Amino acid sequence: MIDLRVRERPDLRPTAAAAASNGQTDIVLMARGLSFWYGDTQVLDGIEIDVPGRQVTAIIGPSGCGKSTFLRCFNRMNELVPGTRVEGAVVFGGRQINDRAVDPVEVRRRIGMVFQKPNPFPKSIYDNVAYGPRVNGFRGSMDDIVESSLRRAALWNEVKDDLKKSGLALSGGQQQRLCIARALAVEPDVLLMDEPCSALDPIATTRIEDLIRELCEQLTIVIVTHNMQQAARVSDRTAFFTVTDAGCGILVEHSETQKLFTSPADERTEAYITGRFG
Amino acid sequence: MSAAPTAAAPAPPSSTAAGVWRPRKTLRRWLGWAFQGLTIVSTLLGLALLAALLFDVFRDGAGQVDGHFLSSYPSRFPEQAGLRSALLGTLWMLGLTAVIAFPLGVGASIYLEEYAPDTWLTRFIQLNIANLAGVPSVVYGLLGLGLFVRWFGLGRSVLAGSMTMALLILPLIIVASREALRAVPDSLREGAFALGATRWQMVRRTVLPAAAGGILTGTILALARAIGETAPLITIGALTYIAFDPQGPMDLFTVLPIQIFNWVSLPQKGFADLAAGGIVVLLLVLLIANAAAVALRYRMQRRLQ
Repeated sequence: MIDLRVRERPDLRPTAAAAASNGQTDIVLMARGLSFWYGDTQVLDGIEIDVPGRQVTAIIGPSGCGKSTFLRCFNRMNELVPGTRVEGAVVFGGRQINDRAVDPVEVRRRIGMVFQKPNPFPKSIYDNVAYGPRVNGFRGSMDDIVESSLRRAALWNEVKDDLKKSGLALSGGQQQRLCIARALAVEPDVLLMDEPCSALDPIATTRIEDLIRELCEQLTIVIVTHNMQQAARVSDRTAFFTVTDAGCGILVEHSETQKLFTSPADERTEAYITGRFG
Repeated sequence: MSAAPTAAAPAPPSSTAAGVWRPRKTLRRWLGWAFQGLTIVSTLLGLALLAALLFDVFRDGAGQVDGHFLSSYPSRFPEQAGLRSALLGTLWMLGLTAVIAFPLGVGASIYLEEYAPDTWLTRFIQLNIANLAGVPSVVYGLLGLGLFVRWFGLGRSVLAGSMTMALLILPLIIVASREALRAVPDSLREGAFALGATRWQMVRRTVLPAAAGGILTGTILALARAIGETAPLITIGALTYIAFDPQGPMDLFTVLPIQIFNWVSLPQKGFADLAAGGIVVLLLVLLIANAAAVALRYRMQRRLQ
């Protein structure tokens, strides 16, 4: 295996050629037989999923079904927690990325993440957005990248006059859009969102949802949500996870959002979306 | 007899199937007041003692502190004696101790909090650092005498004293810095990692700036402890009578607490007043150090918000 820690790895980015070799569907992310353990407790079992590019894929399911854990397998955040173990493969742009030979730093630069609770750094708005480009050795106009990232996150007009203000001085919804701008500043191919609206009020939630629809024209989004209406509103495809009696998360069904909500193939999905469970 | 429930305000029954209810409201309210009063008394008692101490020391000593007192060397004549060499020795020791203890202490705390795996060995080390913070200072003096003065051949120099003091306050700095690092929420660490930061970038750009206020406060408070320590320096042989300025780290030295201790032990009345003056100077140095800690912490917090 080639050591991916050496500088830029264009082959981690899904190219037109790679997309073409996949045929019609441009699959950016894949999980194959993915199982996960916290210590001796298995929380994910044999997950298989294909995530198509430039679409929004929602992951829904009851509490404890491992949907957040699953999302964190894509950018290897789980390995920061001691005592975790993963089996199976996560494939990104045709390359297995959950491999010791692949540097997680490079994976995370390509696959960004927005967290449940807005977590801006206790720095200025400008420094929050510039953080990613700085740690990744960006050389060029930092002002431009900060402005374009804030514009893409639909925050520019609200903050352009006080970029020196602390990111913590913003409202909750603005903080979350700042975190999105911060993630976009390193120009990732994929954006993982872990219940990004659960700490926000309905108006701020609407703005983030609109933003998700705009952003998916440029990049691939995987969003975990506990809100089925949100999944129906923002996603092109939805994956339904559930939890076994042993407390282990499994993928029940994954299809186009429209199909999953109107004619689910599995009765467990139907029970969940009609509110008879979870 | 049970209270009859009314439609307007149903009183809770004084007895139910499971047992009897005795609210004893007056007693409970009175106990609440009594406890609050006790906490106020504890606070005022501490404040009163501190005020009495300060008043007593300043009454005797404030008049002693003048240019002559600060710029003169010790003398066997009370009216000629000053604490120039002791003050300079204290400042020398303060600076050298900070230079030695700060990087070591902060480095160790960063390793323990940000890098070390959570194994029994790490926990054993952490437990023992906490224990070291409680070891009597004279023991550090003996270690300094054996290790720095004799084995390293540093003699009774400022450097040997500072290294001994650095050992003494190292556990304090490590414990305080670890607390400050632990107070940085993990969500910030995750945010940094998620942007492709390496662990060092995450520590350098996110964790350290957020923890800097707490780390500096802890370090300055530890240094304030070092200023007041006497036993370890007596043990390594810091001299009492020094009639010259320390010019470098290898010079002999004395410090304020030793000079004060020496004056207190002399019989003439004049020296007792000198000792009070010395205490005033020592307290001022401590107050300046603490004020610096508060100011630094305030600036850090303001910058972050």
